[in-house]
Amino acid sequence: MTITVKLFAAMRDLAGSDNETVELPDGATVADLRRELGKQLPLARTLLARSAVAVNHDSADNDKPIQATDEVAVIPPVSGG
Amino acid sequence: MFRLTRDAIDYHALTEAARSPHCGAVVLFLGTVRDLTGQQVTVFLEYDAYAPMAEKKLAEIEAEARTRWPVGEIAIAHRLGRLEVGEVSVAVAVSCPHRGDAFDACRYVIDTLKELVPIWKKENAPDGTGEWVHQSSTGEPGA
Repeated sequence: MTITVKLFAAMRDLAGSDNETVELPDGATVADLRRELGKQLPLARTLLARSAVAVNHDSADNDKPIQATDEVAVIPPVSGG
Repeated sequence: MFRLTRDAIDYHALTEAARSPHCGAVVLFLGTVRDLTGQQVTVFLEYDAYAPMAEKKLAEIEAEARTRWPVGEIAIAHRLGRLEVGEVSVAVAVSCPHRGDAFDACRYVIDTLKELVPIWKKENAPDGTGEWVHQSSTGEPGA
């Protein structure tokens, strides 16, 4: 399945885009997505390790399975206010 | 009520939106753009947000505040885009029957917003460089 991952703030700058498309096997989890993103965006690996992954607008644990229809985003440490 | 906006925050109107006949206290918190963070001079800030998730998280924060305090109304606005020093970046207004609860609930909302809501600031220095602020929750305090 193809997942388009939304990127924000420094993740977007490091990727040079506000999204990154990853190909994952059916049944893949957040951990698999992190591994694939790290391969595709080596410059973003350090920040990725400090970031949450949100699935459908909620932070998701590494063992959460991802569906093709899910909205997925990388959430670097927040700094609003 | 939560609003992300690229326009100046009308905190008078926001405060009015939080008023309620059942409430004898309204607390307004304003976050404003500071010129110095440690030794680092800030010329302007840029804010970015993941809007649908921000709205969901704010709704959860409001619901949690309502379980903890007898909240009448909560009104929240956060700026996006470029902000100059001194501008209002965030406003939180909370009403409760009594002031103690209103202060506590308002503090809870702004503290939790800063911890959980997917909004980011980029500090832009006089030399033209800019850096997104991505401190961990155990790092230096922010604004």
